[in-house]
Amino acid sequence: MDYALQQLVNGLTLGMIYGLIALGYTMVYGIIGMINFAHGDIFMVGAFTALIGFLLLGMGGVTFVPLALILVLVLAMAFTSLYGFTVERLAYRPLRGSFRLAPLISAIGMSIFLQNFVQVTQGARVKPLEPVVQGGVVLSRGGTVEVTLSYMQISIILTTLVVLTVFTLIIGRTPLGRAMRACEQDRRMASLLGIDTDRTISLTFVIGAALAAVAGMMYLLYYGVIDFFIGFVAGIKAFTAAVLGGIGSLPGAVLGALLIGMIETFWSAYFSVQYKDVAAFSILAIALIFLPSGILGRHEVEKV
Amino acid sequence: MSAAANGAMLAVEDVTTAYGAIVALRGVSLTVGHGEIVTLIGANGAGKSTLMMTICGSPAPREGRVVLEGRDITGWPTHLIMRQGLAHAPEGRRIFPRMTVLENLRMGAEVLNGAHFDQDLEKVCALFPRLKERLGQRGGTLSGGEQQMLAIARALMSRPRLLLLDEPSLGLAPMVVRQIFAAIRDLNRETGLTVLLVEQNAYHALRLAHRGYVLVNGRITMTGTGAELLARPEVRAAYLEGGRA
Repeated sequence: MDYALQQLVNGLTLGMIYGLIALGYTMVYGIIGMINFAHGDIFMVGAFTALIGFLLLGMGGVTFVPLALILVLVLAMAFTSLYGFTVERLAYRPLRGSFRLAPLISAIGMSIFLQNFVQVTQGARVKPLEPVVQGGVVLSRGGTVEVTLSYMQISIILTTLVVLTVFTLIIGRTPLGRAMRACEQDRRMASLLGIDTDRTISLTFVIGAALAAVAGMMYLLYYGVIDFFIGFVAGIKAFTAAVLGGIGSLPGAVLGALLIGMIETFWSAYFSVQYKDVAAFSILAIALIFLPSGILGRHEVEKV
Repeated sequence: MSAAANGAMLAVEDVTTAYGAIVALRGVSLTVGHGEIVTLIGANGAGKSTLMMTICGSPAPREGRVVLEGRDITGWPTHLIMRQGLAHAPEGRRIFPRMTVLENLRMGAEVLNGAHFDQDLEKVCALFPRLKERLGQRGGTLSGGEQQMLAIARALMSRPRLLLLDEPSLGLAPMVVRQIFAAIRDLNRETGLTVLLVEQNAYHALRLAHRGYVLVNGRITMTGTGAELLARPEVRAAYLEGGRA
């Protein structure tokens, strides 16, 4: 029981990280109907930015941990947003209006480019970071296993919840969020109401990249090591989560990500660590066969 | 710039529009004066909706000019054109289906950045009381007539000086059509709103409008006052008798 509880905590943490990435996939899909295959690599750029940020702060002598975390978070979000913005401008916007596969191919190209770019500039070796946040709360000690909720896990879960709340408020309550939903539902009509749809799409990429940066920093803190290739696997997992939850649905992305995180963690704990990816992707295959529009995908009948 | 373009609310001059190789409008010219209701009638595929969308810059005309209140807006991006006092309730209504009625109306007011929203909301609710009961309901769940009212109300939320209406009667029950046409007439009389109305329902449209144009295969073939066009045998033969009116 304790062992299962510990896995639940671990799965939740992992799911939160996937959730932040999955939102970027689902938002971009919602608004321009394209899978942004470079999104996982944007996440990787976020992780690298966070790493560089921590090293710089360490050299600068900033030792107060909460301050360091906030500074690095802001830096990673800002820098990664710039990447998200630039990728959209260079690789996707010129292809808007061309055939459907063109931006998809361009996205794959962008993904390869970003991986190689980071490999060349940062080196191919695995980059470690000393644990920034240590210790934890022991939840139960009685049984065979100790159940610990580490401070790291607490910060990941809390930060993610805060970011998700802010993000939900932006989408639900602000003119920008309304414009994004309008573009998602009928882009031409949105422009007929004076919405600059290109700008709205740019901002969607920027927000998605900022969320991915948060995930990148969390990943770095949680695992302590990163390399130029982490975006690929994490990206595909998050994409799986978005599809499982119902691509285009924001709550669906988070729900799908939590499920994928749990499935992966429990599978590793009880069956086989080597086959954890197989478990996650099998769920995707099963979901696509029996529930093609995902858990929270749209079924609403619209009158015409 | 021609004299007509300077004085008019809207002047379309020799506009040619094409989708790839398919030419939809060939040298179309029309003017809409301040405070006028002008209707554009024509069969399916004549280019009526294309003309409306060309005025909005999407697609941009291949040749010719579009002049709004003396300002040449040819080639401007759509979102900027729509911030010049022009609003469009397009073909098919294009309500945002997964937004509430209230949010749809907020989208209409986006160009004003929320200024006097409450006041304008009250006005459109007075014009279409049905919407008031449905403010919290999703756009996609409204009936066709309610959606059309919402489309017009949404367009009015931007306080336009010129309103483009594309087939507001399409697919609606005769009683609802009368309601909507009455609302257009009241708006024009009471607020001086200028209206360019596209209709297949030629009888209603010509009775409502001060002037009309007939569009056939992408060209203007006839123009005159509503009453004149209603009396023309060609118009009667093509658009009234045996038509839907």
